[in-house]
Amino acid sequence: MAKITLQNLRQSYYPNPSKDEDYALKRVHLDWEDGGAYALLGPSGCGKTTLLNLISGLLVPTEGKILFDGKDVSHASPEQRNIAQVFQFPVIYDTMTVYDNLAFPLRNRGVAEAEIDKRVKDIAEMLDLSKTLKNRASGLTADGKQKISLGRGLVRSDVNVIMFDEPLTVIDPHLKWQLRSKLKELHQRIRRTMIYVTHDQTEALTFADQVVVMNNGEVVQTGTPIDLFEQPRHTFVGHFIGSPGMNVLPCEVKGGKASFAGNSVAAANAAQAAGKAARVELGVRPEFVSIAKSGIAADVVKVTDAGRYRIIETKVSGHSIKLLVPEGDAVPEGRIHLNFDPAHTQVYEDGWMAGARPGEPS
Amino acid sequence: MNKTFNNRAWFLVIPVFLMVAFNALIPLMTVVNYSVQESFVANEYFWSGIRWFGELLRNPDFQSSLWRQVIFTGVVLLIQIPLGLGIALCMPKSGPWVSVCLVLMALPLLIPWNVVGSMWNIMALPDIGLLGKGLNSLGIPYNYTRQPAAAWFTVVLMDVWHWTSLVVLLCYAGLVSIPDAYYQAAKIDGAKPWAVFRYIQLPKLKHVLTIAILLRFMDSFMIYTEVIVLTGGGPGSTTKFLSIDLVQKALGGFDLGPAAAFSIVYFLIILALSWLFYTLMMQSETK
Repeated sequence: MAKITLQNLRQSYYPNPSKDEDYALKRVHLDWEDGGAYALLGPSGCGKTTLLNLISGLLVPTEGKILFDGKDVSHASPEQRNIAQVFQFPVIYDTMTVYDNLAFPLRNRGVAEAEIDKRVKDIAEMLDLSKTLKNRASGLTADGKQKISLGRGLVRSDVNVIMFDEPLTVIDPHLKWQLRSKLKELHQRIRRTMIYVTHDQTEALTFADQVVVMNNGEVVQTGTPIDLFEQPRHTFVGHFIGSPGMNVLPCEVKGGKASFAGNSVAAANAAQAAGKAARVELGVRPEFVSIAKSGIAADVVKVTDAGRYRIIETKVSGHSIKLLVPEGDAVPEGRIHLNFDPAHTQVYEDGWMAGARPGEPS
Repeated sequence: MNKTFNNRAWFLVIPVFLMVAFNALIPLMTVVNYSVQESFVANEYFWSGIRWFGELLRNPDFQSSLWRQVIFTGVVLLIQIPLGLGIALCMPKSGPWVSVCLVLMALPLLIPWNVVGSMWNIMALPDIGLLGKGLNSLGIPYNYTRQPAAAWFTVVLMDVWHWTSLVVLLCYAGLVSIPDAYYQAAKIDGAKPWAVFRYIQLPKLKHVLTIAILLRFMDSFMIYTEVIVLTGGGPGSTTKFLSIDLVQKALGGFDLGPAAAFSIVYFLIILALSWLFYTLMMQSETK
């Protein structure tokens, strides 16, 4: 049980990193509150697993500090940090029974057999493994094995944090949903810090209270799923979260007013734009674009049926703008007029939301 | 799906069938044929039933060379398997030393068997060989042409030198194929090095170890060239293993019948023991 603080954490796999590109993790500064359910979301190769392995102690940071409850553990071993980790591929001890697998971390720490028995049975009950306790672990299906990996993390009563490294990759789709709700339920029951790494936005948004979005070895935004949806701090977040992703359009900002392709557009943060950026863009999610009597003139080019709504793709002087129309509404054709919801339209400078750009790394 | 029947397909099987026939079935059946007949010059053959088999099994020479063979194979396996596994565990998993180690390990395997015998023969010579001379000057009386113990020691040492590498390479291949996640999980579970070996490495190496044991068993049970070059089966017949005994019978005595019976018994022993090993090793899997 601990609050985890990452201070100026950097990690490079090269012996003598000099440029920014040499770092797999550029500079991370984060606080993980005790008992929270976090997700680390980002595309493959963005440094999620590196960050995870740094927290668990499988890697030693090149620079920076990791604090558990204010205590520096940057150089402590995984065992000393008292953490649990569930890997992408289920790790089980083949020759042992399910029971022995679950008891293994406790036996290694010299816990009394009576206590082990109690805890193992408790955990098996929680994970629906009670019936298979006496079976050999190697005979189980992939989801059963992954439950064992998870159980080995949960069985210790005192772990500081449980980390999941894309744990549902090898699980069948219909079981994914079950295991995910199981995880959520477990978190509510035992209230331990959990960090869930994934590149799947659905997994991240359903599991976590707080989502940390990473890209290119940097944390781009930390927030609740609603924050990420309504206030993406970076165009990357806008693209990465949501389906279809945010519309990003080139624009100009003059005197606190944004304009796009000759149309003046009201944006929530237009006044905060510093105006020094090389690239100024306007971001608005398809959910916040509507058809109006007047406004930006656009041509419908494509209509896709996505079930409960239709995705309308339009072109405005060469730029594509997507919007959603509920199922049952009239499907627009030809020339239409668009209106952006001003509260959810933001100006981005060099990718960052105007007024929300983090301090330049020193 | 409907099966198509077309008897012309048999033509496609013929090449394989012929190959198997010529390199396995026909030679084997010839031997079986010899083993139940008595032969005389001018190609006269008489049916002798299982007489040669009975005589062979009662023959004290055969019994003692079989016994010697079993002890030799047992000793060689007991040394090479743990030693090979140990060396594989000590080898680096990455870095420039990997290739150096692998090449060093593979060297003994590349040397022709009779050359191995000659090398050790020369090396063990009591008056000029490095090993022989060295041991003697250390005050240990050593003469492998006279002392049975010295001969055994040399033969076993030579086989260990020649073949441990095979076990090392097999085990090493098995070890590097264990995903990192297992070691990481073990670290997080607080496993000590012994527990990592016992519960991760050993179970994951089970299949390669089975193969290593089988290969080493079969090869050492059939050892011929190196021993014939090194000791010729001596001193006396203290290092006369089954294959040497067989060759002496078949070529020296030209007793086709007994030699054929010998061959078949030899083959059946290897087959039976290999099957036994394999079943035992694989049985625990399904339990």
